[in-house]
Amino acid sequence: MVTILPHYMSELTEFAVILLSAVLVNNYVLTKFLGICPFLGVSSKVETAVGMSFAVMFVMTLASTASWLVQQYILIPLDLLYLQTIFFILIIAALVQFIEMMIHKTSPVLYQGLGIFLPLITTNCAVLGVALLNIQQDNTFITSALYGLGAAVGFALVLILFAGLRERIEHAPIPEAFKGSPISLITAGMMSLAFLGFSGLVKI
Amino acid sequence: MMHLLAAVASFGLFALAFGVLLAVACRIFKIEGDPMAERIESLLPQTQCGQCGFPGCKPYAGAVASGESEVNRCVPGGERTMLKIADLMGVEPKSIEEEPTAPMIAFVREDECIGCTLCIKACPVDAIIGAPKQYHTVIADHCTGCTLCIEPCPVDCIDMLIKPELLEHWAWPLPDTHRAQQATERKGQHAPYTA
Repeated sequence: MVTILPHYMSELTEFAVILLSAVLVNNYVLTKFLGICPFLGVSSKVETAVGMSFAVMFVMTLASTASWLVQQYILIPLDLLYLQTIFFILIIAALVQFIEMMIHKTSPVLYQGLGIFLPLITTNCAVLGVALLNIQQDNTFITSALYGLGAAVGFALVLILFAGLRERIEHAPIPEAFKGSPISLITAGMMSLAFLGFSGLVKI
Repeated sequence: MMHLLAAVASFGLFALAFGVLLAVACRIFKIEGDPMAERIESLLPQTQCGQCGFPGCKPYAGAVASGESEVNRCVPGGERTMLKIADLMGVEPKSIEEEPTAPMIAFVREDECIGCTLCIKACPVDAIIGAPKQYHTVIADHCTGCTLCIEPCPVDCIDMLIKPELLEHWAWPLPDTHRAQQATERKGQHAPYTA
């Protein structure tokens, strides 16, 4: 028996698949290895990791929609596709500046905790990666926004999980030689292996 | 040529638009002063005693906020203040360098006092009263035990005494602090309250 889904249902399924694939299967940090710098840099405390996650979520979602708009309404009509990277970087940099001001005003404690990693979202390759992949995959406006959100949620999930793990590892009896960065890198590698288990969950 | 101009113009206009937006945002999210230093200052005891090596609580708060100073310099604030600052700054707590074993107060031996007023000028909390060529004395309730008056006294007539624990000043010790542990240890040494 063949069930025929209504049109909006198939669309909803597609959205769910996009989100799921971006969050788990094609996780930017653990599967595509983009955005490793903040992943290792701000994961020593869960609180700052949560703050960073929200900042990246904001920047990534807005950057992916804004870059899609720029691509469709500026770059393609004017035939300026070779300026893609610099336009996208400009969007990301402006968004990061904006969120930096906002965090400095609303939460100076979080601002202090994020430190240099907040302006460094500009150079977080995951953000540019999402913007560029959106164009490559010929996503529509909605799907590119979802893809950006999914990628950001995936980044947040992994970052917060990793921060939680690191907080616990801090108090674990680990050999002297592995303390600090080595055990963090090993943990990251193991998380990446674990996330390999999600491949094949959805095909995209 | 037209294509080149279009490229330059579109990118320039685009950058200008973002610049204007950011300038507006900058106005909206304008920050006066250093919010971090203000928060730290609100945690400090405001005795202005200078034991941290800075001329007062505000300079110390600024130094901690900018990372120039450690979080454990405030002696009057003790462990509780240090823990709050460390939590706010997101750094590891450090033990207070010189924790006084018991609260101290200054005491002027009035027979030897020459009335030079130097200790009055040194006192950060105005706890010493007196006039030129008159005996000075310390208001025990106001003295924070910062020892800043010891150094300027030309005749060395100021002693640091252990602050007597008076019934009218007694309060339940704060839980889980070093002082609470001390209080538990010293509990049997006090005379029983009879009224």
